[in-house]
Amino acid sequence: MSLELRGITKTFGSLTANDSINLRVETGQIHAILGENGAGKSTLMNIVYGLLKADNGQIFVDEKLIDISEPSDALDAGIGMVHQHFMLIPVFTVAENIVLGHEKTKRLGVLDISTARDAIKRVSKDFGFEVDPDAIVETLPVGIQQKVEIIRALIYDAKVLILDEPTAVLTPQETDELLNTMQELKRKGTSIIFITHKLREVRAVADQITIIRRGKVVAAVSPTTPEGELASMMVGRAVDLAPEKHKHVVGDPILVAKDLTVRDALGTAVVKAVNFHVNAGEVLAIAGVQGNGQSELARALVNLEDHIEGSISLNGKEIRGSSIYDSLHAGIAFIPESRELDGLVSSFSIAENLILDLHDQAPYAKGLNLSANIVLSEAEKRVAEFDIRLQSVNDAVSTLSGGNKQKVVIARELSRPIKVLIASQPTRGLDVGSIEFVHERILAERDQGRGVILFSTELDEVMALADRIAVMYRGEILEIVDSGVTREELGLLMAGVVSKKASA
Amino acid sequence: MRNALSKFGQAIKLPGLSFFMAFTITGLIIAVSDAKVLAKFSSPLDFIKSALAAVGNAYLALFQGSVFDVNLIKDGSFIHGFYPLSETIVTATPLILTGLSVALAFKSGLFNIGAQGQFIFGAIGASYVGFNFELPIGIHILAAALTGAVFAAIWGGIVGILKARTGAHEVILTIMMNYIAAYFILWVLKTQAFLRPGRIDPIAPEVNENARLPLLAGSTFRLNFGIFIALAAALFVWWLLTKTTIGFKFRAVGANAQAAKTAGISVPFVITSTMMICGALAGLGGAVQVLGSEYALNADIAGSFGFDAITVALLGRAQPLGTVFAALLFGALQAGGRTMQSNTGVPLDIVQVTQALIVLFIAAPAFVRYIFKIKKLNSSAALTSKGWNG
Repeated sequence: MSLELRGITKTFGSLTANDSINLRVETGQIHAILGENGAGKSTLMNIVYGLLKADNGQIFVDEKLIDISEPSDALDAGIGMVHQHFMLIPVFTVAENIVLGHEKTKRLGVLDISTARDAIKRVSKDFGFEVDPDAIVETLPVGIQQKVEIIRALIYDAKVLILDEPTAVLTPQETDELLNTMQELKRKGTSIIFITHKLREVRAVADQITIIRRGKVVAAVSPTTPEGELASMMVGRAVDLAPEKHKHVVGDPILVAKDLTVRDALGTAVVKAVNFHVNAGEVLAIAGVQGNGQSELARALVNLEDHIEGSISLNGKEIRGSSIYDSLHAGIAFIPESRELDGLVSSFSIAENLILDLHDQAPYAKGLNLSANIVLSEAEKRVAEFDIRLQSVNDAVSTLSGGNKQKVVIARELSRPIKVLIASQPTRGLDVGSIEFVHERILAERDQGRGVILFSTELDEVMALADRIAVMYRGEILEIVDSGVTREELGLLMAGVVSKKASA
Repeated sequence: MRNALSKFGQAIKLPGLSFFMAFTITGLIIAVSDAKVLAKFSSPLDFIKSALAAVGNAYLALFQGSVFDVNLIKDGSFIHGFYPLSETIVTATPLILTGLSVALAFKSGLFNIGAQGQFIFGAIGASYVGFNFELPIGIHILAAALTGAVFAAIWGGIVGILKARTGAHEVILTIMMNYIAAYFILWVLKTQAFLRPGRIDPIAPEVNENARLPLLAGSTFRLNFGIFIALAAALFVWWLLTKTTIGFKFRAVGANAQAAKTAGISVPFVITSTMMICGALAGLGGAVQVLGSEYALNADIAGSFGFDAITVALLGRAQPLGTVFAALLFGALQAGGRTMQSNTGVPLDIVQVTQALIVLFIAAPAFVRYIFKIKKLNSSAALTSKGWNG
């Protein structure tokens, strides 16, 4: 089935989110839509799926004009969508989730689950999925939950499948698996609209790439286009995908972890007796597939975890067991994994968020008094220095885009005297321009002689920034390798395979 | 200035409309529950006339009982007409303090259902120091009020410590603490220390003259210095929340405890200190009630000040100034309701219907917006409707 959009225009107030967009998806084609956050990709897809109504423009399915004013129209026309945030009920089984909204009943109003169960098994077999229809959704890994969404679309006869940023929540392995699934779907004749801002994935699977910038189609290119070119078209200027790393002198160890064990509330060790150190002026990356203890280790280094054993020393001084407050003020900058949950108070203003961990320090505080004037004037300085795009520092931080939110966190953490920077997934969910900025700041800290510990599940990021790489697997550090390591070697380590020649 | 005015206008628009709707519906209830009105059902014109008259009389009485009553002017003294206003303020004073207690807790993300128990402990402390000691004027008031506040701060602080240490939910804790306080006062009043000489019923001796809050408008009026204490407390809460580092911590924990913790703010400290300050505020309410109008501690001293406080804080959107206005409104309804009952026979309970309706509409802003076709603003209405996630 082919899908064609002609002249789709959508405005929100003075903002033109989509400006007469033309797009054609052929039968059995994987069509990637590439663009930064806020470029208008999601708006466009929500129009196709009937969640938004276009101001102008037409949608054709198999050359026939159709009117889509709500999702059921889209479903009827054979358009299915897998949202970035899954629309599943966590405590329901897979089968129950799939019948949701299409409940068929047997006699006496008994819900007919078995038909759905059979359908799931059939679709799973056709496409090589391994999904248990009776599993409770919340017990499934994210990658499988996504498959449940895909199965749901397929069962209701989607011939065009929209995948909205499907890899944002996936581990590298799950991502590879999804890309395979997409190839399989394509082989069976399903058309796919693949929305993303990740260049490597696009080049791996797409047949055709449409690049959207500020609501307009700026280019339609083939997947053989080099990454650098794709990125500059997306951002609208030349971007540096591999930031330049200056040669420089590495200093003495600043932060040393010895036999560090972290336990969860049930007493299970999630980080198992790890040993590592970071030197002044180097980036130590802690790589690994999500969920191998990195999050807990990052939090433990600033004493945010409750059950920590072993030793953490900063400049030779033991800091394990001190409070998070003392850890931060001993000179650790901490960029938490989730900026929304841990990094920012979303209802607070930008100025207030910039002093979240500094509000009781000079110059902001004099005794009990918090000086509103100094808070504002300092905020203006941070905003200028870190190029945070905003209307007013008095606006709630929730009004900012993801990249600018992360800049607020980074500006706050780097604006006090620090010795070590601990950054946990600092570019997750950010667009190319923002990632470039974050990378530059991280390397700048390194060049100024600070120790940087970078927790990242993104292989590209690890390869680009790290001086040394520690790979975590099931709570242990398998190996610490030099940055000369290849992608393949790292991939193997992340899968738990230890190489024979251990280094560094 | 103009900006500030329009902001103020936006802030009171929704409460104002809720208020209006509540009174409209209450009016309908008054009309249809009046036998004399219903008797005229056969003739529509008379029916409407008498309905309007009944509602008009009831609301006139409500006004006369809460603000100004011409009939009270005697000996050519105009000022006596304001006796009802004095009653309104006297009723509102403890409500402002308990309301602030609940409002401050809201800001820290806590649901303080315990203002009632804290009020009782404040009243006990103030009463004991008030009748048991002979101290110089001024100092005696200060000592009694402070003792009440400290007693209640400890009572509230227990909840804070329990929650901070064990994670127990403050709603359950404060409700239980209310029961304990309610029975504790019954017991206390029967002890030798509190029993009034020559009496066997549960009433404590009156506090000494030196411990009584000065009357502000002569002995005819009950209006006393307590209202200034309440207003000062409102000013204090405003200052604490907006101008201090402690208030910053409170608000940060209230808005996102996880991010606050990650930024090094001690959540246990915030929980404990919030509950202590909230306790002190409600306790001051109890102290003011004893030292300003009741003078003698009795089993019913707390009335429903601690529970109405939740409604008052909700109506005042957990803002100090809003809480003051909401408490004055409730004080007026209470004071006016009594006059309405005695003058027109409309039961005092109807006032509670009005209160409940106001709160209902405040809690359902979408409904009021729908009725009056108001566009949605960036309001903080959501603030007060969450908080059960302790």
